[in-house]
Amino acid sequence: MRVPLSWLREYVDLPATETGRDVQAKLISVGLEVETVEQLGDGLKGPLVVGKVLTIEELEGFKKPIRFCTVDVGRANGTGEPQEIVCGARNFAVGDKVVVVLPGAVLPGDFAIAARKTYGKTSHGMICSGDELGMGDDGSHGIIVLPPEHEVGTDAIELLQLVDEVLDIAVTPDRGYALSIRGVARETATAYGLPLRDPALLDVPQPNAFGYPVRVSDPMGCDRFTARTVTGLDPEARSPLWLTRRLQKAGMRPISLAVDITNYVMLELGQPLHAYDRSRVQGPIGVRRATQGEKLTTLDGVKRTLDAEDLVITDDRGPIGLAGVMGGANTEIDDTEGTTTEVVVEAAHFNALSISRTARRHKLASEASKRFERGVDPQAASAAAQRTVDLLVLLAGGTADAGVTEVIAPSAPHTITIPADHPDKVAGVVYGRETVVRRLQEVGCDVYGQDELIVTVPSWRPDLTDPNDLAEEVIRLEGYENLPSTLPKPPAGRGLTDRQRLHRRIGRALAGAGYVEAPNYPFIGEHVFDQFGLATDDPNRKVVKLVNPLSDEEPALRTTLLPGLLGALRRNDGRGSHDLALFETGLVFHPREELKIAVRLPVDRRPTDEEIASLTEALPVQPRHAAVVLAGAREQAGWWGKGRPADWADAVEAARVLAREAGTELVVRGGQYGPWHPGRCAELAVVVEGVEQVIGYAGELHPGVLKTLGLPARTSAMELDLDVLELASSGVPKGPKISTFPVATQDVALVVDVAVPHAGVEAALREGAGELLESIRLFDVYENAAQLGEGKKSLAYALRFRAADRTLTVDEASAARDAAVSLAGERVGAVLRG
Amino acid sequence: MSAPNKSYDPVEVEALKPEEIERMRDEALAAFAAAGDLDALQEAKVAHTGGTSPLALANREIGALPPQAKAAAGKLVGQARGAVNKALAARQAELEADRDARVLVEEAVDVTLPYDRVPAGARHPLTTFMERVSDVFVSMGYEIAEGPEVEAEWFNFDALNFTPDHPARQMQDTFFVQGPKGTEGDESGVVLRTHTSPVQARAMLDREPPVYIVCPGRVYRTDELDATHTPVFHQIELLAIDEGLTMADLKGTLDHMVQSLFGAEMKTRLRPNYFPFTEPSAEMDMLCYVCKGESVGNPDRPCRTCSSEGWIELGGCGMVNPRVLVACGVDPEKYSGFAFGFGIERMLMFRHNVEDMRDIVEGDVRFTRPFGMEI
Repeated sequence: MRVPLSWLREYVDLPATETGRDVQAKLISVGLEVETVEQLGDGLKGPLVVGKVLTIEELEGFKKPIRFCTVDVGRANGTGEPQEIVCGARNFAVGDKVVVVLPGAVLPGDFAIAARKTYGKTSHGMICSGDELGMGDDGSHGIIVLPPEHEVGTDAIELLQLVDEVLDIAVTPDRGYALSIRGVARETATAYGLPLRDPALLDVPQPNAFGYPVRVSDPMGCDRFTARTVTGLDPEARSPLWLTRRLQKAGMRPISLAVDITNYVMLELGQPLHAYDRSRVQGPIGVRRATQGEKLTTLDGVKRTLDAEDLVITDDRGPIGLAGVMGGANTEIDDTEGTTTEVVVEAAHFNALSISRTARRHKLASEASKRFERGVDPQAASAAAQRTVDLLVLLAGGTADAGVTEVIAPSAPHTITIPADHPDKVAGVVYGRETVVRRLQEVGCDVYGQDELIVTVPSWRPDLTDPNDLAEEVIRLEGYENLPSTLPKPPAGRGLTDRQRLHRRIGRALAGAGYVEAPNYPFIGEHVFDQFGLATDDPNRKVVKLVNPLSDEEPALRTTLLPGLLGALRRNDGRGSHDLALFETGLVFHPREELKIAVRLPVDRRPTDEEIASLTEALPVQPRHAAVVLAGAREQAGWWGKGRPADWADAVEAARVLAREAGTELVVRGGQYGPWHPGRCAELAVVVEGVEQVIGYAGELHPGVLKTLGLPARTSAMELDLDVLELASSGVPKGPKISTFPVATQDVALVVDVAVPHAGVEAALREGAGELLESIRLFDVYENAAQLGEGKKSLAYALRFRAADRTLTVDEASAARDAAVSLAGERVGAVLRG
Repeated sequence: MSAPNKSYDPVEVEALKPEEIERMRDEALAAFAAAGDLDALQEAKVAHTGGTSPLALANREIGALPPQAKAAAGKLVGQARGAVNKALAARQAELEADRDARVLVEEAVDVTLPYDRVPAGARHPLTTFMERVSDVFVSMGYEIAEGPEVEAEWFNFDALNFTPDHPARQMQDTFFVQGPKGTEGDESGVVLRTHTSPVQARAMLDREPPVYIVCPGRVYRTDELDATHTPVFHQIELLAIDEGLTMADLKGTLDHMVQSLFGAEMKTRLRPNYFPFTEPSAEMDMLCYVCKGESVGNPDRPCRTCSSEGWIELGGCGMVNPRVLVACGVDPEKYSGFAFGFGIERMLMFRHNVEDMRDIVEGDVRFTRPFGMEI
């Protein structure tokens, strides 16, 4: 809502020194979000005067038509001589009154005017357009041609009210009344403690039986319909400057006198109005629901198919308007031919919900629907009709018809009962009963009672329905800025949960290992599953899809973090960062086996546990995953020596880092899945309550996948399910017993088949070595057909033995070693290398 | 000097001459002093103290002396050997110290060499900033609550007093999830949560009052990515439900937060506003932490951070609407509460001078690395 300060001052006697900025601050403090204060005519300096065009000479030989004019500006140029001006516009004729800016003046935008040579003539000033004066859209984009009654030499800055301030207010959905000068004036008056001159306080004639006939067949949808008729309008009458200027400042475009008047009254009082050309309305006006499929062409020229819930205005032919949203083309006021001489003015009140649904259904948000949706003062309808009639009589020379139609569905005013100290309790401030009552009265409420207040809310505040609404009115008028600052005392907290701690630890551990976190959007296209080489029945192919994705290419939610993370890797690589280690933790989304609809539960009570469970069952499963991707060098080359490319082992190690942080044993074994290289993929598993569960994969990605996705060679990746990893967590770690007896070290080199994984060998050694084994570490892997034989490899382990209670003898350590080797021989065919 | 006494013949034995012994001693001392390094000293040591050195031989000859001459000769040789050994030890220590000092010099390195063998990793500032804000409240006794990102409309809207036709429901542009049939108009009742507020509803349903929680998390709205918008962003919300909570408590909690994050002199300002889930509702601003409000009306000192407004808009807040309490099973007669929420990206942008939203969402390592582990 754009509110010119000059208009606001008509209803509130603000001190002359108050600037738009001052008013803005006051209004913000009472809760109107004044976003900007526009300074109209900022920097504007005269002389800017009314002139009369005396002669026009068309100059030939230029690329565009140019006119050399002489203009009578009276004594404004000091000489009284005609002013010579070159002008490129053509929408004026000899004898027209125009706006002339003379040398020495400055137009908005720091545009200084001086006499200057142009097109072979000297132009002593300019004939102005609305744009040049910063007046806003008048629809013509040409020279301003003034009504003939204005005297030459008159100051046009004053005449056109070029200097003003306009408050631009973002009106929240609960404050429909603030979509009017009247509503903003009421807030301004309250904020300044000044009286309000309510423009809706008009003498309105009693309704009678000989007004234009109106039949409302849906009083729920339309509880009030006022119709007034004005006849004998002068079709030549044009909107006066003060009217068009106010519309322009408020952001509306002047159209024709009758339309301008209805718009003006709507801005003033907040009541949307409609003017019908009476000669084009056939029979009584009706209000009813549309029949499904009925057609109506609205004023914007769009032919609309109506829904059975749409409220329509009708005449004998059918719909002539979409009630409260937009009129129909078939009864439009004629503003081009100028033939309209009789109008029927409609001021009605429609159901907010109905209007909001219709506006949404037809994607048609109008000035009218915007107001009805947020609530219009039903009591102002008659006054608004009267104001419209008065202006039509005054400005278009019309005659008000004596007939006054009012169809009203009676309704009781809304009352709310609150304890007088309710606002105090909400605010944490003692305002006292008197303040509470006074503030509510300023809002427009009627208040009765002592300890219990019975509050009747004003007709323009349908948003006031609950005790806290009234509390807010009191607190905002007393000033949010005056609220004290106190701290509540929550019960002692327990800090983070184990899960939250784990999530933080994981992030730190991966960052500590050189990974950079890169959170990605969860939107994916299903084609990535083909690119990843997932089997057709892979469960990860089942996705949650969006009705309205941002991109049709990515309509689904991720079931894996890799597409996003690989995208980030590619982006970084493309920007010249080639040595990359990225990680992400985040939710993935799996539809449930059985898809259900999340029903809309009631809100007037706590839902039952069953009801809540039914909502949960309608939601996808949303586990948290962690993933890493690597490419380029994991270790840089440098003065210390060679670098090392990132590889499958880094990806697997990242999983081990996570398992360590979770305090759980990670099972790593050869596996094959989706985008991974079939020979370089580790399957990752953990044991949860005695049952082993696969939680993810790690390794180098498949060369084919890398090629398809345009990723660097040897890109490696790991992804696992953090939620299951967390379940496998062994909880509080136990402090190990530290023996201070000496260690006995034994190295063994075992020859096994190439296909035997280290993990199995180590497990056998561990078990065979028994409890004296303190630690075991693989320190060499060696393949040499000549020495070991074809298809063999040698694994070298360092075994450390130690007892808790004594120094081990060499024999004891050797015996343990032999037992270890022996079991490895039994289990995996390992032979001690000679 | 006599040759080794292979065949003992007392007749040939002469008494040890003192000047001979002194000469041997002096030669040894001179050789030690002349030894320039430990190797040379070792050679001198062998030559002058070894089994075949003159003094050792002289010592051996003592046995062949007549008894009356033994004592004097023994003293003479013993003194000389004592002096030689002392000199040797001193020179040895001296040369070792020299060597040690030289080794340290030789081992000197260029300590300015870089060691970016494994470049540092980093956590994303969105993550660490959410933790930072959460921790302010955790230290006050609040707990962190989390919830699903794909959420039932009931939790995202209805329970929070957004009626199906509420104009506010159109204020947020929501991603809707396809229904089971996947056909047009088939409604699932499921959305990508548009705010973290559904977590509040869940928390109230899950816990008995008093409830003091913060909910950080990811939320979704159908904005295209540009310099100031992203369809996927982060919020942090706070909810307190207890007996007798007031707007003053809300104000104090907000003040405490901005003081914790931006410094002790910070404060907040509340402006009336409208949200369905709170009543009264307010927009919250914090004092501009850069200019502290001093740029207002002071054209000589414009402030880019707050556009010389003096205040920075943080987000929305208010007293939990009693209708929300009812829907979430909390008795509004007994309990009241307050809530607030704000966008993490926005705060991150002005706290850390980030100028383009795309830098936050694109995962460029050059952006994230400088933020390290904590912010």
